[in-house]
Amino acid sequence: MKPLQPWGSRAGHFFLYAILTFWAVVSLLPLYWVFTTAMQMPNQVMAVPPKFVPAVISQAIPLLSAGETEAFREIVTESFSHLTYLYTGTRMVRWFINSLFIGIAATFGILLLDSMAAFSFAKKEFPGKEFLFWVMISTMMIPGQVMLVPMFMIVRELGLMNHPFAVLLPQLSMVFGVFLLRQFMKTIPSDMMEAARIDGASGWAIYWRIMLPLAKPGLATLGIFTFMASWNSFLWPLIVMQRPEWFTLPVGLKTLQDQNLVNYGLLMSGAAVAAIPMIIVFLLFQQYFIKGLTLGGVKG
Amino acid sequence: MNKPKKSLGQRMWESRSGYLFILPKFILFSIFVAVPIVWSFAVSFQEYRIFDTLWVGFDNFQEAFQDPVFWRSLRNTGHYAIFVMPANVMIALVLASFINPLRKRPQIFFRAAFYLPTVASTVVLAMVWRWIFQTRYGLFNYFLSLVGIDPVNWLHSSATAMWSVILMAILTPPGVGLILYLAAMASIPETLYEAAVIDGANAFTRWWRITLPLLKPTTLYLMIVSTIGSFQVFDQVMLMTQGGPGYATTTIVHRIYTAAFRDFRFGYAGAMALVLFAIIISLALVQYKLVSSDVEYKG
Repeated sequence: MKPLQPWGSRAGHFFLYAILTFWAVVSLLPLYWVFTTAMQMPNQVMAVPPKFVPAVISQAIPLLSAGETEAFREIVTESFSHLTYLYTGTRMVRWFINSLFIGIAATFGILLLDSMAAFSFAKKEFPGKEFLFWVMISTMMIPGQVMLVPMFMIVRELGLMNHPFAVLLPQLSMVFGVFLLRQFMKTIPSDMMEAARIDGASGWAIYWRIMLPLAKPGLATLGIFTFMASWNSFLWPLIVMQRPEWFTLPVGLKTLQDQNLVNYGLLMSGAAVAAIPMIIVFLLFQQYFIKGLTLGGVKG
Repeated sequence: MNKPKKSLGQRMWESRSGYLFILPKFILFSIFVAVPIVWSFAVSFQEYRIFDTLWVGFDNFQEAFQDPVFWRSLRNTGHYAIFVMPANVMIALVLASFINPLRKRPQIFFRAAFYLPTVASTVVLAMVWRWIFQTRYGLFNYFLSLVGIDPVNWLHSSATAMWSVILMAILTPPGVGLILYLAAMASIPETLYEAAVIDGANAFTRWWRITLPLLKPTTLYLMIVSTIGSFQVFDQVMLMTQGGPGYATTTIVHRIYTAAFRDFRFGYAGAMALVLFAIIISLALVQYKLVSSDVEYKG
């Protein structure tokens, strides 16, 4: 407890916990509802009043302790029928793989390209450096929608429509990572790099053997944000991926919704499949999310 | 000191590795960022037809400002932004002020709980909110029925559709803002609060006079970022209402999207995108002027 800050007293703290807990429950309810609806037995999805605990969970102990394994197995099969249908009746798996492939490729591509550029901007001297950096960074202020139409024309001219590159290449071109990593690399002292250069190490060796290992926390942060942005991006893939076999997960979900407008059990199963990977990544790498936000955000 | 001065070309050649490290990124940047930005201005003054392209001057802009749907989309987006931006910033500030005094473990727990919805994509959230707003079986009307309110046709009535989209944005906690505020609060030196206590300032006064003013840069940043984000709202609308009913939830980006990729009117879409850009830049500048001059005034 920090006594000098507001809400120092014991009653104040109780009050705080009560409000925060209630608020957190409200905030997490939609995500909870995704998973609950996804696991609900199909005939109970639209139950009135709604069932807040799906039958698989609420009936597991009574049925199993009564020895009715057969009945329980039936409930399990029923409850996961939406998921099974996603697997057998839609292209969900394909969309998942598309998103995963593009996300991983974007992440590693960005890490390589941006760390190289950032290394040069942070540690090297060359004529026009400031100007080049300024040109790249100033485009960060321009909303992506401005580029939508011309980018579509370029992708179409290059014959990349319905090709993973149509999504991947524009993601690799974003400059946020250059900015983030340059900020990070500027804080790394140059002594070791100087020493290596005197020992005759090449520019590439200095970058690869010294800079990259030192920049690991920055790289982890950028990697996570890149993967999240790629995994969740919607508008651009919706425009350039028009064949079902090339949909990314969010685009696939939209199509799924268009075709099953009121089958909420099925829709929520799909949403759950899309949400789980990001939730896992977040829970595993929480500190990098926070570091990334504070690093890329406000200065002073 | 009296080394002969090298020519620019010489200096560039000697620092060639600096360029080489940037080159791959720069090529991609040029093709997919720089060229589209420059081209976006040209596009807005053109009319694309099947076999040829015409220069049409300001026709696209003129059409936009005479198009009632575009005006509607401006109004809808403004309506969304004017509620969502202040709500997001204020909720982030309140939550951070509540979480900051806690011990380390509960602090980490609540921070994670409030940030979690942010990592799920807007598409996922919009899909579940569409289900929550469902008239007959939706969770929202169920909760309302508990307090005796009749079911509302949230997404299918033009009176409430935009409000539903706004409600979703407000009830999704502003994870980024929360984390930035918490980081800024952690960097305020404890001695300031100690001095205030000696002067007899109570908890609220300390928050109002010390915490709040020192958070001003964060507040300004969040206001600008949140305004920009609000004016780009698209995913929710696309998934929840498709811009309808009628044009009740058509936002600027949704209008741009339909103009370009449903009607294939690229020039017209490009012109509207530039108008959006102009709006965003001017709002950011106005906010910057307002809040930063306020800082100086008090200084």
